[in-house]
Formats: sequence, C-alpha cells, structure tokens
Amino acid sequence: MSLAKRIIPCLDVNAGRVVKGINFLGLKDAGDPVEIAKRYDEQGADEVTFLDITASSEDRGLILPIIEQVSSQVFIPLTVGGGVRQVEDIRTLLNVGADKVSINTAAILNPQLIFEASQKFGSQCIVVAIDAKRAATPSGYGVFTHGGRKETGLDAVEWALSCYQLGAGELLITSMDRDGTKSGFDLELTKKISESVGIPIIASGGVGSLQDLVDGIKLGGADAVLAASIFHYGEYTVREAKTYLRDHGVEVRL
Amino acid sequence: MSEIVIVDYGMGNLRSVEKALQQVAPLQSIKVTSDPQLIRTADRVVFPGQGAMPDCMRELKQLGLTEVLLEVANNKPFLGICLGLQMLFEHSEEGNTHALGVFKGDVVRFNEAQLFDECGSRLKIPHMGWNQVEQSMEHPLWKSISNQSRFYFVHSYYVREKEAIASGISRYPESFTCAVARDNIFAVQFHPEKSAASGLTLLENFVQWKP
Repeated sequence: MSLAKRIIPCLDVNAGRVVKGINFLGLKDAGDPVEIAKRYDEQGADEVTFLDITASSEDRGLILPIIEQVSSQVFIPLTVGGGVRQVEDIRTLLNVGADKVSINTAAILNPQLIFEASQKFGSQCIVVAIDAKRAATPSGYGVFTHGGRKETGLDAVEWALSCYQLGAGELLITSMDRDGTKSGFDLELTKKISESVGIPIIASGGVGSLQDLVDGIKLGGADAVLAASIFHYGEYTVREAKTYLRDHGVEVRL
Repeated sequence: MSEIVIVDYGMGNLRSVEKALQQVAPLQSIKVTSDPQLIRTADRVVFPGQGAMPDCMRELKQLGLTEVLLEVANNKPFLGICLGLQMLFEHSEEGNTHALGVFKGDVVRFNEAQLFDECGSRLKIPHMGWNQVEQSMEHPLWKSISNQSRFYFVHSYYVREKEAIASGISRYPESFTCAVARDNIFAVQFHPEKSAASGLTLLENFVQWKP
C-alpha cells in the first residue's frame, strides 16, 4: 500500500458561474460552485480544479469569492487556473484559499515566472498547464495556446523539462487532439512527459470511459487524472470511477 | 473561551489551516498572529509552514519568534504541520539549515535515484497526494480515525528522528516517520486541513486535547 493515484474533477467557471452542464440529483442550483465542489468532495474527489474561462478581464475577479467560499467548506486541495499572468495574481488566489495555482500562457511568454513563483510560494503550489498536440517537433508533440489554435514552436517534452527545472511542482498535460473527443488520453504524450520529469503529472483531455482513467495511469504513467464531462453530466460519480480503478489494480483513496 | 493561535511567520498560506479550525471549533477564538505575546498567552498553538526551510528559519528569527516557540513547545498543546514538523528537529539537509532542535534528529530529502514502486514505475518528488498513515503509537489525536487512513501530503523532505517519538508511519516507497508525539507536542508531515474528514477529526481531537 502506498500513495494513491488522484482523481481530479475540473470545473469551468465563467464570470462567477460554473458553466459546463452539471447533472447532480438533488442540487437546487446546479451552477453553484460551492454545492458542486461539496458534492465532489462527498463522492471522494482527491482534489478539485477550477478553471476560470472568463473572457473579459473585469469579470475575472468574480472567481475570488467562489474560491473563498469553497475553501471555507471543502477541505481538500483546490487548484485554480485561467488568466493567471503574474506573481501578484498567484498571491491573490492563494490568499482567498487556493492551494495550487496553475499557469499556462503566462509561463510560455515568461518562463521566469515559474521560477519566481516557486521561489516565492514554494513549488508545491505551482502547477504548469501544458496544452499539447501532435506537431513537427523533436518529440512529435508541440505546445499550443489559445485552445490549441496557436502554435508556440515549443516542443512539449522539452518545455515540460524546462518547467520542471524552473521549479514547477506538478504538470497538467492536456492533449488538444483528444480534448472533447471522449476517445481516451493521448497515452504516448502522457508517457513521454511522465518519464522525462521527476514531478507528478496530471493527465487531461479525452476521457470518455472509466477504462480511459485506468489507461492514463497504468499505460500513460500519470500520477493523477483530471476529467470534466464524465463527472459533470452525471455519467459516473467520482466514487464509481475510483471503485473501477481499484478493481483494475490502481491504488485509490476510497 | 479558549484561544488557539496559528503562528504566522510569512511562510505560506495559513488561511486553510484557519478555516479548517473554524470548522471544527466554531465557538473558539482562532487567531493568526506573529505577536509573541499572543502566542505566549494562547491556550493552544498551531505551527504550520510551507516553502523552503532556510527561509522559514530566517523569518522566525527576524520576527523574534524562536524563543517563544521553544517556550510554548514546552508547555502548551502544540500542533506542528508540514514544515512545522520539520522545524522541530535539529537540522535539515535543505539549505543546510539549523532548526529549533526540540527533537533529536534531522530532516533529509527523498532519494530521487531510489524512488521506484514495486512495478518499477518512477516515483515523483514532491511526494504529493493521499497516502496511508499507520498509527504507530496510541494517541488522543488519533481518536476516531481508523488506522491506515489516508491523509494529504506534499513534501520533498522527511524527518529521521533519533528518539522514540514516532506516532505515524507512511511509505514512499520506504517507511518514513510522518507524525511524532511527545508530551504536549503532536506534529505531522501531512496536511490535516486538506485531508477531508480524517484531517478534520485530527484537528478536532487537537482542539479537545488535554495533555
């Protein structure tokens, strides 16, 4: 018995509201982030990730009271990402109760941000999110921004290694080829990065079945798996997912 | 009304510790403070910590807190969390730091080269996530928590005690001490404030503890 693999439901927040369809029985307000996070906690989620997808910068602050409320009532690690540009943004999120902050585009524009932030707040709370898809780079995977539309020219495995060396505590790897397809994680991408760095990897993008979660861990070498839609639309509860993982030889917290 | 203080020395986010204590002790006064006098007069002391050990020791010294911490570690219910456990030892490998020396022993880093699980997969540093804790000593703070319950960890260094104070053991993949207890002190490597029901129970036990 040892460290459990983690299951992390992800919630998209737009201007203070959870936007992806939520299908929980008995919830009065299906868009209330506190209620949803509580429900995931009750089901045994190991962490919860909030992704702020608010487009306008003036509405972006609306996630702060949400994190504040969730962290007063849900006592598992909370990660917040989306729109994080500078060290000050990280401080603000940690101060309202986030345990980890994930940075994506800002780290690509200024890799030094990873170093500064991990020095200041500790590696344990700095997650770098990498959106990758197949490209003509050395590893066969490139780093993309703007939802996969904009190619950065960076190689995904090399960038993952840089993030690790700069002090990131964890990497969230999303396959933009698989995201939304429900065809499973890109296992080759996950495995390449997991084998290259000494920090935990969260696999994301493409989960359609519970077997996909098992594969991400056993074949992809992921330390944690993140999923949104299979939990949001009530197809599976987090507990069902963990039971399935346990029955397929993956150590989980149940 | 009894007063619980959370020692604030600028290292890491103490809000989650505060919120979790508010949850389990809604009628008690909970203060986050760096005022030595408030720490001295409190009924219970929580000593958390995050980040790097050298910075922690430097901040403690600059704020003039080492003396009062050594004092209250001797006479009040005292809960160390994460770096708040490590700082109670004599020395840490991290930045070759001399710590408070309340307990005999040192703090060392997980050995990257030896971190493979039974299937040969690489184990990562930090040790991050939910691991089982074997309660190696009977203690009031383990009350109502089943043995081998999982708690949330995130750390790269662990303690190697040189006296019989281990109260909890985890594996990664080798056994390491993740909780210690002696007299009025209980200190843990994991984060009870982020460990869902088991963590809240431990905090509640601390709030009620009469060593």
